[in-house]
Amino acid sequence: MAAATGSLVPEVRVRTSATSAEGVATVAGAALAALALTWLLYERVLPFSGVLGFWLAWYLVFVLLYAAMAAAQSDRLDAVNRVTSVVFGTAGALAFAIVVAVASYALLKGWAAVSRLSFLTTSMQLSGPLLPLSVGGCLHAIVGTLEQLGLATLFSVPLGIAAALFLAEVGGPLTRPVRTIVEAMTALPDLIAGLFIYTLFILSLGFSKSGLMVALALSVTMIPIVTRAAEVVIRIVPGTLREASYALGGSQWRTVWNVILPSARSGLATATVLAMARGIGETAPVLFTAGFTKQLNVNPLSGAQINLPLYIWNYVHVEGEIPADFARGFGACFVLVVLVLILFTIARMIGGSAPGELSKRQRRRLGRQEARP
Amino acid sequence: MAVASSPASAPSRDDAPRRITARPSASDRVFRGILRSAGIAVLVITGLILVFLIVQSIPAFRAEGIRFFTTSALLYGNNQFGIAALLPDSVLIALIALAIAFPAGLAAAIYISEYAPQALRRPLIAVMDLLAAIPSIAFALWGLFFLMPRIPGTASWLAQHLGFIPIFHFPMAASPGCRVGSQLAPSINPACFVGSTFIAGIVVSLMVIPIIASLSRQVFSQAPQGEREAAYALGSTRWGMVRTVVLPFGRAGVIGASMLGLGRALGETIAVSFILTPPTSSVNLHVLEGGGNSITAQIANQLFSWSAQGRSDLLAAGLVLFVLTLLINTIASIVISRSRSGAATEAD
Repeated sequence: MAAATGSLVPEVRVRTSATSAEGVATVAGAALAALALTWLLYERVLPFSGVLGFWLAWYLVFVLLYAAMAAAQSDRLDAVNRVTSVVFGTAGALAFAIVVAVASYALLKGWAAVSRLSFLTTSMQLSGPLLPLSVGGCLHAIVGTLEQLGLATLFSVPLGIAAALFLAEVGGPLTRPVRTIVEAMTALPDLIAGLFIYTLFILSLGFSKSGLMVALALSVTMIPIVTRAAEVVIRIVPGTLREASYALGGSQWRTVWNVILPSARSGLATATVLAMARGIGETAPVLFTAGFTKQLNVNPLSGAQINLPLYIWNYVHVEGEIPADFARGFGACFVLVVLVLILFTIARMIGGSAPGELSKRQRRRLGRQEARP
Repeated sequence: MAVASSPASAPSRDDAPRRITARPSASDRVFRGILRSAGIAVLVITGLILVFLIVQSIPAFRAEGIRFFTTSALLYGNNQFGIAALLPDSVLIALIALAIAFPAGLAAAIYISEYAPQALRRPLIAVMDLLAAIPSIAFALWGLFFLMPRIPGTASWLAQHLGFIPIFHFPMAASPGCRVGSQLAPSINPACFVGSTFIAGIVVSLMVIPIIASLSRQVFSQAPQGEREAAYALGSTRWGMVRTVVLPFGRAGVIGASMLGLGRALGETIAVSFILTPPTSSVNLHVLEGGGNSITAQIANQLFSWSAQGRSDLLAAGLVLFVLTLLINTIASIVISRSRSGAATEAD
């Protein structure tokens, strides 16, 4: 019928957007109604208690109410569609909430220690076991963490990128087992990396615990992360760039060195920084390789050198007798989380561009070069 | 060069087929050799881990024999050490973690890949990466000091109302230390729920979610565009499209991702050893009860407090963990790579 009179009816613009005011209002209404109902049942009527249980109950009531509202508004097919979108959406929000909860908890609880500047500028050398927070800090652990991470990056990034180039550029029958093992190693218990360095270097070869040992253990956990991320980036370098280089008579190694690696530069940098962010917080590998010390040791090659995760482990889990111990642990966790966030922000900032895409500064430089006669 | 000089002088044309494969130059051969050895190095490292753990754990296996797998005693160096209690507890924690992380991770992956508006997609992927990068010790502190005091209410509700399910059964409820309240309204002392495998499992699940979510998302986003459009063209809703196109396409990938998550959960050390108190030496399948142990927690807590023989016992336990997780992860990565079309991988 509509078709017959179609030319007379003014055309209505079709909305392609999935969100409408009505839809948003329904979700918000269900959320509020669920909150009120859960509060009434949970706190007043039924013998429940506990914050976690409250929000679990709230979520269940919310989904049920929303399903009822959606069913009242439209047919079954659309109602199911809307309920599933809301359920999936909450999972995305949950991931965000976990990140915020864990990071902000560490920052909040750590502030008590970090707000004293002495916590960041002194080591524990002069502090006894039961002394308050005002004595001693985590300088030695920060220095250790940074040096060990630097060394581990030095070991793992070249090897990881070379392995990624092997997977993406050389190929052959070996690529399949290597790729499988790399993927399997990304989820390998980090404890095993520590045990490996411990059995190989410390028990079998007679090295003593030092920052170098930690760096080696961290490298074992970082290599597969770098390799996997770098392979993905190298693969998206357009094949035409590669072919252009070969057509100009470039050898394979010239192609990789002058075309592929520069094109993938920002992606490789992101892979590196992400692996650093993962490596910096590894605790299990350092338990057996670092050696606990209260003193500042700037030489990673000899002598025990502590780092932030081990510092937290020691003051919270091993000692953990007085509030100051826990405060120290949280202070070190604050520093650790801030370092991870900084590394992560750097990774996101350099990772924004596709292969071959130039940053603003590079474009300006090119422009200047071209303007020159 | 030889070819270029010949045509004019050669009396008869030679129709021999031309070589069409280029021989790599000397520098290229060296270069390829270097890259290949880097690839092999990854295999060598994995092999070396296996070799050295085996070498160090030979004394333990020699002393304990088959008892290593059957006894649950944890008396080091006394020929009385076995993983019969440690391994089931490790698996139990990993399964609790997976029971939470699988639905959450899968739903997050579907949301990011199919539902999220374009502008939200990249930030959400970044959030997943960040979740994977947050140090496990930060999760451990959060679990120990924030989550643990908030658990007893929920745990006691589970124990009282779902106690008929074996794993939620709470036998300690009858013990004098745990029973509080009057005869008519009995309740359970909150302290009895502290340090349970249930809490450890929840904290570990938070670390498994990003693994499952990001791997599943990568597989989902490769679901063929044509089939998606076909589903829409047949009048499907978005959920109908996800159910009939994306999920079947990604099934193998999701299975592989969950197995990788299981491997990660089995190997989680710090959160588990922070939370499980007191460390026990018997299998405890009642997840709400305080106390428990795992291979990783035992190694982390005890490695330096024992003699050479005791150390060998613990390294043997580490070897079992390594072989188990390597096996699970390798199968998982084979499953995932089968589910991808060839070697096509996707950015970010």
